[in-house]
Amino acid sequence: MIKIKNLEASIDDKTILKGIDMEIPAGEVHVIMGRNGSGKSTLANVIAGNEAYEVDSGSIAMNDTDITEMSIENRALEGIFLCFQYPVAIPGVGMAYFLRSALNAHRKHQGKDEMDALEFLNNAKAILSELGLDDSFLKRSINDGFSGGEKKKSEILQLLTINPKLAVLDETDSGLDVDALRTVAKGVNKFKNENNSVLIITHYQRLLNYIKPDVVHLMIDGKIVESGDMSLVEKVEKDGYSWLEK
Amino acid sequence: MVDKNQQVIDKTLEQEYKYGFTTDVDQTKFEPGLDEEVIAKLSKIKNEPEWLLEWRLKAFKNWKKMSEPTWAKIDYEPIDYQALSYYAAPKQKKNDSLDDVDPEILETYNKLGISLDEQKRLEGVAVDAVFDSVSIATTFKDELAKHGVIFCSFSEAVQDHPELIKKYLGSVIPATDNYFAALNSAVFSDGSFVYIPKGVRCPMELSTYFRINATNTGQFERTLIIADEGSYVSYLEGCTAPMRDENQLHAACVELVAHKDATIKYSTIQNWFSGDKDGKGGIYNFVTKRGNCLGDNSKISWTQVETGSAITWKYPSVIMQGDNSVGEFYSVAVTKNKQQADTGTKMIHIGKNTKSTIITKGISAGEGQNTYRGGVKILKNAENAQNFSQCDSILIGDKCGAHTFPYIDVKNPSAKMEHEATTSSIGEDQLFYCNQRGIKLDDAVSMIVNGFCKEVFEELPMEFAVEAKQLIEVTLENSVG
Repeated sequence: MIKIKNLEASIDDKTILKGIDMEIPAGEVHVIMGRNGSGKSTLANVIAGNEAYEVDSGSIAMNDTDITEMSIENRALEGIFLCFQYPVAIPGVGMAYFLRSALNAHRKHQGKDEMDALEFLNNAKAILSELGLDDSFLKRSINDGFSGGEKKKSEILQLLTINPKLAVLDETDSGLDVDALRTVAKGVNKFKNENNSVLIITHYQRLLNYIKPDVVHLMIDGKIVESGDMSLVEKVEKDGYSWLEK
Repeated sequence: MVDKNQQVIDKTLEQEYKYGFTTDVDQTKFEPGLDEEVIAKLSKIKNEPEWLLEWRLKAFKNWKKMSEPTWAKIDYEPIDYQALSYYAAPKQKKNDSLDDVDPEILETYNKLGISLDEQKRLEGVAVDAVFDSVSIATTFKDELAKHGVIFCSFSEAVQDHPELIKKYLGSVIPATDNYFAALNSAVFSDGSFVYIPKGVRCPMELSTYFRINATNTGQFERTLIIADEGSYVSYLEGCTAPMRDENQLHAACVELVAHKDATIKYSTIQNWFSGDKDGKGGIYNFVTKRGNCLGDNSKISWTQVETGSAITWKYPSVIMQGDNSVGEFYSVAVTKNKQQADTGTKMIHIGKNTKSTIITKGISAGEGQNTYRGGVKILKNAENAQNFSQCDSILIGDKCGAHTFPYIDVKNPSAKMEHEATTSSIGEDQLFYCNQRGIKLDDAVSMIVNGFCKEVFEELPMEFAVEAKQLIEVTLENSVG
């Protein structure tokens, strides 16, 4: 699915990623854990093509297409979806309008007809009820005045509507209560199948109690220093990260 | 990203104005220059009664004593009023049948997307078309007459309804009101006249389409709308002009009178030529618009979408004279290239329990300068007056500017005032968010700007809201990279 090779990236001339190698095959869920400032969110942003960051070397490929130089929207259309850590508000732009525009941009790219308003609405309503959200959610402005939980649920609603190939969850579990956490996990589990991949960036084990990862990566100072199974998560919860430092 | 933004902003500025064509038509045009004789000649062509000529001459006498206002935040070369022609008209006289209108002119309106053919016209919208100094056609007159509604050119109204003109002309904007209003009063040529009788809800939208075609000609239209007791009317004006290297002057006056329980909703979509990317050419738009809520429980609502003109100087205002009357001003003003807009409103509370709302959205791109200037005045006897003002500005790029000058003058302690103002840039984070969802940059910009303007667009009649939205999209195409 996604192959990252020797990726180095910087912001304002400060190098953050110092050679990331990583591959997530279709059907797998990978997790990245690490301290604050280790470069986890930078990696998520660089995968999505955020132009605030400069890629200094290395490459990112989606299904053998090199996307390192691709624009943000073309990567999105190639199947990359970022669940934002802090989704931004866009006042006056309705959720339904935004979501349908996004969906139809993807459908157009895939050579499909645009989805009409009615079909879209029925789809969206079904997802909303699974997320425990009211239909009126669609009439609100994007993330405008949303609670923390609503913002994250809105991201999951978009994930399930757009149905991308790779979902990158940037600390989606931060600041959620148990119920909201379960709802988010339920959404991610509904999304994942053998044809797509998930990359979860998190500080905590709690989301991983609901979503079982295939591979866990530990990141320190812009590098992946350890990869393994769920037992790594337990070790970090118990011992922190200092044992990884040489 | 910033560099790329700049490149695309620069690209936008090179975009052509869609309505910049000229129409080749036989015309009668005065030689440049302005004096009593020119005014007398104009008045004679229009077969005006003696009192109206005197009114014009009095206005002209006053105008000569006045000086051009300099308080606005706009910068332009002095206007040579003697170098302008004060009358230009297609040679054909206005006729009742469209068959008699010069086909070139009909074609002009077709190109502008305004069909004067009633069959093809949007259902429920009557149009008065003003070409340079004269009205060339008014549609749906018969249909409207059945309801007692008068909708005709100002010149016709002078002939057919002189008593109404005499009673109301200058009753809201006195001939001596300000420099540009005085000039207009002296030389106005045509415009629209509307009278809605008691208790009538006007059965269709009324609309006037202004087109400046001739060179070196000022357009000085005069519009007068009277809504008698308990009536309702929704009126819309649209404006375009050819691309010309020299600046053209447009100094209009619009007067609205709302009697007891009457409502007037006045919407403008102004898209005059704004000049080229170097700021050459474009319309100087100096307009006085004012409504009087004369009767109790009356309401006047202004909605404007201003995207054109090199200079916009415009403050549609409401005098709330009747008790419980309501004044509203909703505005979207876009400036790009070297456009300058100094626009806003004045709300004057005289009656008891009067209420006003001001919502403005300024959008600046390129080197555009956008100024909101608004005054709210609560007079001594205006018990329990209320005002809510919200002035938001958005900046696209780093060479433009947004300025806000609110003036508040409260003479009655029971007044309740609220004022909010924000200025923001289109956020890179908002664009990133939209792009990440597969939405292209241009679409993202228009989505964000339209969201920003939503409260104002919601006030426009349905058909025009769509037009306004598209106009913003075209105007801002490629403005961010």
